[in-house]
Amino acid sequence: MDNILSVRDLRVDIPLAGGTLHAVRGLNFDLARGETLCIVGESGSGKSLTSLAIMGLLPKMAQRHSKKLEFAGIDLSVAKNRQMRSLRGDRISMIFQEPMTSLNPAYTIGDQLTEALLLHRKVGRKAATARAIELLEKVGITAAASRLGQYPHQLSGGLRQRVMIAMALMAEPDLIIADEPTTALDVTIQAQILRLLVDLQREMNMAMILITHDLGVVARVADKVAIMYAGEVVESGRSKDVFTAPQHPYTRGLLRCIPVPGKTKPGEHLGSIPGIVPSLIGKTQGCAFRGRCDVAVDACAHDIPERAGAEGHLYRCVHDNSQMPPKASGGFNTASQSEGRP
Amino acid sequence: MIYTLKRLGLAVLVALAVSMLSFALLHLSGDPASAIAGESATDADIAAIRAFYGFDRPLIVQYADWLFSALRGDFGESYYFQLPVAQLIGDRLSITMTLGICGISFAILTAVPLGVAAAVRPNSMIDRMALFISVMGQAMPSFWFGLVLVVIFSIKFRLLPPSGTESWKNFIMPTVVLGYYAMPAIMRLTRAGMLDVLSADYVRTARAKGASEMRVMFKHALRNAIIPVVSLSAVQMGFMLGGSIVVESIFALHGAGYLAWESIGRNDLPTVQALILIFALFYIVFTFLSDLLNAWLDPRMRVG
Repeated sequence: MDNILSVRDLRVDIPLAGGTLHAVRGLNFDLARGETLCIVGESGSGKSLTSLAIMGLLPKMAQRHSKKLEFAGIDLSVAKNRQMRSLRGDRISMIFQEPMTSLNPAYTIGDQLTEALLLHRKVGRKAATARAIELLEKVGITAAASRLGQYPHQLSGGLRQRVMIAMALMAEPDLIIADEPTTALDVTIQAQILRLLVDLQREMNMAMILITHDLGVVARVADKVAIMYAGEVVESGRSKDVFTAPQHPYTRGLLRCIPVPGKTKPGEHLGSIPGIVPSLIGKTQGCAFRGRCDVAVDACAHDIPERAGAEGHLYRCVHDNSQMPPKASGGFNTASQSEGRP
Repeated sequence: MIYTLKRLGLAVLVALAVSMLSFALLHLSGDPASAIAGESATDADIAAIRAFYGFDRPLIVQYADWLFSALRGDFGESYYFQLPVAQLIGDRLSITMTLGICGISFAILTAVPLGVAAAVRPNSMIDRMALFISVMGQAMPSFWFGLVLVVIFSIKFRLLPPSGTESWKNFIMPTVVLGYYAMPAIMRLTRAGMLDVLSADYVRTARAKGASEMRVMFKHALRNAIIPVVSLSAVQMGFMLGGSIVVESIFALHGAGYLAWESIGRNDLPTVQALILIFALFYIVFTFLSDLLNAWLDPRMRVG
């Protein structure tokens, strides 16, 4: 399959008074049409900056570097603002985390839905409106035509996120980036919205990057997974490989934090990973996770080899973990074992 | 629609309250009859004046009489000019209105673009320049700035007339002086509003749609940032119409502000009352208009 998006050694640096913050450090991935990549990580791991870097929407002070950043044969690393603008909202769209604040309060839903189409395509207002109604119906909004005249404050959070999804799909993009699209919603709505997003992606054969910290979501929808920790992908590969045979201690720790129906007994403590994410300011060497890892050794402070498993399953760890059976419990989840903080 | 009616009702109530207050204030601040009669008047003279002007009637009757006349456009006769107040004010008001509208337009047309430019590049040269201009405007008293302009443009270069109301040229310097006084606050508020709005999520959404920077600035950001500016401008406008006395006296524009000032000195009660009411009505009308404009800008306000 041809890759629609190819990323090699993507870096985002933010110069600060106290030194440079290396927020994203050497990201690699490929994404084909119709595929879903989930980027997983905790707050501050650089996953949102990664998506903004692809969109060319990084904050002014942030610097983007890459060996390759190619979308549908277009080299984004050298694309001018004008060219990026013509891609955004047309061939690449984005869905943001906060539906409550991501819509402009001063304009109607109809205005905002049709804007992208009117900007990028030579269509009339009538055709754009028809498309907007079609998509609102597609995302499950009833009385779509009458919604067009409504303002964002008249809609609930779930409805607004549906509108955001419809808005992202207006121009039938090739790639859709969804940055924690369900995080701000009620738990009852989260599953609906996610289902909707995945169905539409399959139907329109788009590539999707889904950014999340919810492993439950990943397990359901991802083709590929990249686990990010402190600006770095520590493990990546096909979803089923990463879930059935996690190699990196951080991935294993994360997996232990979620309850498994049938396996987790009532009242049983779920796992947690002790410690906090290290500061990314200045030069960092070695494994960023070593301060919180219970299998850390001296070698972790030096360059870490990237190890390859089957079918593009990659992870960065000094240990060749494929030899070690993943532990069923214990290990990472007790605070006393945190040692060797960098 | 309901919102508009509500605002309108409120405006009428405020106008009524203001009319009572201005009437009461002037009548309670001293005996108008003895003030008109002067220091050498006898008690009999004062009593005669009191009877002539109807000051001996109960206050509420005097108020009702004045209010209903005022509603018909009859503000009584000026004690000093012996002319109907309505006619007297009418002439002066057109000068003040011209000056006020020019002044606020000058202020808005310079302040908003400068505020936007400053917000787009905070701490840049243009931002610092805007700050400098606004600090100057705040620090310079109008009378001094007016005189400086007269010295430069009328006396040195002889480009503009220093006083009078003969042509549009007469209004240039007063407009600049009056407008420059209102400009700094409008500019600072525009800048702050834009800075706030530019980091909003919906601005990022607009960029993600592929909107150009101009479109992001003016369509998505400015409309949301300008709302407090509209309210402030309405107040400034009301202030300009009522409080342009200093500017009017420097440039010898005999407007309503100047008339108010003179009339207070002359104890010309009907004129002062009428002017207070009219100035208050200006505030009320502009506030009402700014409420409507804001409701148009921000649909969330329409709920009322």
